[in-house]
Amino acid sequence: MSLFLELRHNGPQLDFSAEIPKGQITALVGPSGSGKTSIIRAIAGLLKLKHARISLAGEAWDTERAHLPTRERSIGLVPQHHGLFPHLSVMGNVETALSHLPSQQKRHRATECIRLAQVEGLEGRHPHELSGGQRQRVALARAIARNPQVLLLDEPFSAIDRGTRKHLYLELRRLHNQLGNTVLLVTHDLDEAAQLASHLLLIDHGQLLQAGETTKVLTRPRNEQAAQLLDIPNVFSASLEKTPAGLAELRWGPHRLQIAATDRTPAGRVKFAVLPQNILLVKTDKPWGSHLENPIPTQVQDVVALGGEVLVSLQVKGLNEVQLQMRLPERALRRYPITSGSEVTVCLRSSDIILLE
Amino acid sequence: MDWTAVILSVKLALVTQLFLLPPAILCARWLALTSFRGKAWIEGLLALPLVLPPTVIGYYLLVAMGGNSFLGRWFEELLGQPLAFSFSGLVIASALVNIPFAVQPAQRAFEAISLEVHEAAKCCGLTFWQTFHRIELPLAWPGILSAMMMTFAHTLGEFGVVLMVGGNIPGETQTLAISIYDRVQSFDFSAAGTMSLLLLVISLVTIAVSYGMVERLMRRRRSP
Repeated sequence: MSLFLELRHNGPQLDFSAEIPKGQITALVGPSGSGKTSIIRAIAGLLKLKHARISLAGEAWDTERAHLPTRERSIGLVPQHHGLFPHLSVMGNVETALSHLPSQQKRHRATECIRLAQVEGLEGRHPHELSGGQRQRVALARAIARNPQVLLLDEPFSAIDRGTRKHLYLELRRLHNQLGNTVLLVTHDLDEAAQLASHLLLIDHGQLLQAGETTKVLTRPRNEQAAQLLDIPNVFSASLEKTPAGLAELRWGPHRLQIAATDRTPAGRVKFAVLPQNILLVKTDKPWGSHLENPIPTQVQDVVALGGEVLVSLQVKGLNEVQLQMRLPERALRRYPITSGSEVTVCLRSSDIILLE
Repeated sequence: MDWTAVILSVKLALVTQLFLLPPAILCARWLALTSFRGKAWIEGLLALPLVLPPTVIGYYLLVAMGGNSFLGRWFEELLGQPLAFSFSGLVIASALVNIPFAVQPAQRAFEAISLEVHEAAKCCGLTFWQTFHRIELPLAWPGILSAMMMTFAHTLGEFGVVLMVGGNIPGETQTLAISIYDRVQSFDFSAAGTMSLLLLVISLVTIAVSYGMVERLMRRRRSP
């Protein structure tokens, strides 16, 4: 059974309901101030909301009448700045979460968690004697100590350098594979969400914009707001027409784009999006160039190489105001050299054109 | 040197601490961790002894403890002796005057504990009292130590309120500060000088030791 949430509040503004799948890592993604931390704190019982319904596997944590105290919820929390007890050693920090156990069992379980979080050998150190990555692991060891059904991670990697972060991603995945508990990871980093989470909840201004499997959410934004949050630059307006044959077509200035048939969207003005990596650069003089899907003539405005990738700005012919952003691997540029000012044709496959609500 | 006054002053300082510190620590925690309408008025009320002339506080306390007041009559029935001009009266007066010295350093120390640490304690399954004695008290300890030292030193040196409430009864209410005043009045400058020097040294040592210990504690427990 999954974790069910229905939260409404003013200040922080929240109108949010979602179901977090059991045993999976779910990322809660949104910009700063969108209500992510408030949601985590509400789940942990640290923030009382005007209206909250939270239940895990049928067990009600929050209802209209009842509010289960934090200590009775099966949760482990890793706060943004780790929240370690500065006066206690690593062992003391982990053992604090195990005060319900007799001392011998407590020590045994704390040692086990310290091993799982890979901080063996640091048991006697105090938080100020640890690096950022080590503190994060200790916080994780303490959070898993009570064997919680739900692990809440509030931007746990934000204060950690990039190299250590990559290493910690792997460790979190390994730990999750071993423990199999439900993880809710708060982050504003889409790459982090893509690498760690199987499910993604996209949130803005306290509202759920989109939920689903990470790959689907990242590549199929539901509306313009979601596309903006997912950092998709190619969002355009066009007119949707239905052909007598039951097909759908977008009139985009002088261009006509075939799109996958849609019964849901009515004809008229619509917004559509195309991911930069889905814009295909083609050579029209090749034999297959004559039957391309949605070929668009463009002129290259700008070419910027950025860490193994090339970002190309394209001016669409016949649409002076419209610029397409295309992302290519650097090796593609070696095969098809393009420079600023050159004319190229790109292809927008119908399956890659996303109609926005 | 008036050793009776020295012993009385030290006894007053210790008994004041014993009665004042436990409620002052709980009050400091409450003020540090809660926010409510009218909090500034309560904080202002507790800080009043810092700004009011000791004679004003002493006057009100004397009125409150006198035989005509409810408190005075109640104590007289309970102890069989009047509260004013007695050691018990002195302890109450001293505790009230020292409230800001006990509450404020402790309150600052509780305020310095981050919200994340409080919330982490809850997520670790700790109850209110477990959190208080395992997490909050040790972390606020430098501030509590400061509060103890300041209260001790301030009680030793308190003059105006003690004189108003306790008068000048040797062995009962004549503290070191009052004894110094008494000796000066009778032109015994040699005894007054010795006792003043003693008070100066005790106060300096207390405050220096307190600052040193707080700094050492803070260094050892630098926040991560």
